[in-house]
Amino acid sequence: MSDRAQEPILSARNLVKRYGRVTALNNADFDLYPGEVLAVIGDNGAGKSTLIKAISGAVIPDEGEIRLNGQPVQFTSPMQARAAGIETVYQTLALSPALSISDNMFLGREIRKKGMLGKVFRMLDRPEMERYSREKLSDLGLMTIQNIGQAVETLSGGQRQGVAVARAAAFAAKVIIMDEPTAALGVKESGRVLELIRDVKKRGLPIVLISHNMPHVFEVADRVHIHRLGRRIAVVDPKQMSASDAVAIMTGAMKPQELAAA
Amino acid sequence: MSEQTLAAGESERPSFDEHERTFLQKIQHFLHSNPAAVPLIVLVVSTIVFAFIIGPRFYSAFTLTLILQQVAITGIVSAGQTLVILTAGIDLSVGAMMVLSSVVMGQCAMHYGFPGPIAVLAGLAVGTLCGVINGLLVAFVRLPPFIVTLGTWSIYGAATFIYSGNETVRSQDIDATAPILHFFGQSFRIGGAVFTYGVVLMVVIAAILWYALNHTAWGRHLYAVGDDKDASLLSGIRVSRVLISVYAVAGLICAVAGWTLIGRIGSVSPQAGQLENINAITAVVIGGTSLFGGRGSILGTLFGALIVGVFSLGLRLVGTDPQWTQLTVGALIIVAVATDQWIRKVST
Repeated sequence: MSDRAQEPILSARNLVKRYGRVTALNNADFDLYPGEVLAVIGDNGAGKSTLIKAISGAVIPDEGEIRLNGQPVQFTSPMQARAAGIETVYQTLALSPALSISDNMFLGREIRKKGMLGKVFRMLDRPEMERYSREKLSDLGLMTIQNIGQAVETLSGGQRQGVAVARAAAFAAKVIIMDEPTAALGVKESGRVLELIRDVKKRGLPIVLISHNMPHVFEVADRVHIHRLGRRIAVVDPKQMSASDAVAIMTGAMKPQELAAA
Repeated sequence: MSEQTLAAGESERPSFDEHERTFLQKIQHFLHSNPAAVPLIVLVVSTIVFAFIIGPRFYSAFTLTLILQQVAITGIVSAGQTLVILTAGIDLSVGAMMVLSSVVMGQCAMHYGFPGPIAVLAGLAVGTLCGVINGLLVAFVRLPPFIVTLGTWSIYGAATFIYSGNETVRSQDIDATAPILHFFGQSFRIGGAVFTYGVVLMVVIAAILWYALNHTAWGRHLYAVGDDKDASLLSGIRVSRVLISVYAVAGLICAVAGWTLIGRIGSVSPQAGQLENINAITAVVIGGTSLFGGRGSILGTLFGALIVGVFSLGLRLVGTDPQWTQLTVGALIIVAVATDQWIRKVST
């Protein structure tokens, strides 16, 4: 799927991050190619969440280099990564339950009305925000959510995930990172979220998917990045490898035959 | 399991369908989206009940506007308190900030000989500064708001007495040198209705805050911070800035209440308004704003303050022991919080 001739849109080389005596990242590499779904798997404590935090700006690596579109970048906060076009769907979703769907979509980047009302009275442009939110939700086939003004806490777990994904997809210029998007969901809702991931991919955005759920990973991923002991130990093609072999590599029970060309 | 999810994914587009609601859930949902509905209903019903019991003596323009005059100070202070409580905080120092500001206004006008308007500005500045101190302690030192304002309540209260030397400025002196301090105590009549400018001020402040909470990004951020601080941070809200601004605005509003207080009681007294923090929290809670933050409205608070006013005056006209008012208000607080808990359970 991913064309090796292409330049990675997001890459990292030799990332190191230490917490006291613990080395969370030990010369970790990372590559994400345009238009692909890259799954990142790894045992608990393997350092995959530190890796993801490093590329989403939540953690500043001690050493190493991150490049976005070939340009070196140094994020010191998630806001900077966001401004650079990298959106993250956090496991906790980072939604505000009491606010409406459209208020949540625009949280922290609200649109103000034009002219006096916006400049002097700082009035929000609700109709525009609602129109845009509705459009983005429809793009992802989520318009069964009837009322864009309803509070997020009245939605089901899957619907909330949908809103968080739609928010990321609406504002991500380059990359979407999704942290365990199906962890809290039942089988049926998980299936719908996987469908959402495919929809986002169809629109050309590359996705980094962190998941513990092997069936989900093997269902949607184009490539699987296997993380072990703080570094990338292998990148495998899910069509040519079984989930149990991937788990064997992940846990160290099996040696990766060949590190797929990065 | 993998086949199952595949099948679910292929057979249908992502459609997260709504399920049917029972009647009780519908009520719950309605109250959830209209937090001011409960206090409004209680206000209307209690007014009607008192009108039936007491008759025209209660149900007259004069009496009803008298209630407004009596709740003006609490109404203003509790508007500021609402902002703080919406961020899942609490401000125990509101009454102390109010009295300190009023004392500063009095001292500036009487002892330093400043012109009235300058004295007022000095008082407003001191109130805002007190609020900023609260905000800095909450946002940067990361102390619980209860502890911060428990401390500053004592500090601002003591500062008031030390600064004023426990001295009261007499009403006649104020009229002679700085009548502007009495501005919000002046009244005007429309028919039998008597309004003070303090009542008008309360309504104007509530209207401004209603607008700010519902139609500006600041207001949305305030709700989001109260709802879930971590989520707000991840969404790119500058939480510390929101918190400091909220406590600062609360301080400013309390200073405005201090100005109104001078008009209401005539003199400047460091002894005034000792229970105002409790009155304000009571109005906010009865008004349906959740102490856990993120839920509530300024309109609800206004209704909450009015409910207390209706019960106080109504029970006094009925001729009961004033303790019955305290008892009723206490019961209302408990019912209000219980209702909030129930409404909060809305999910899925």
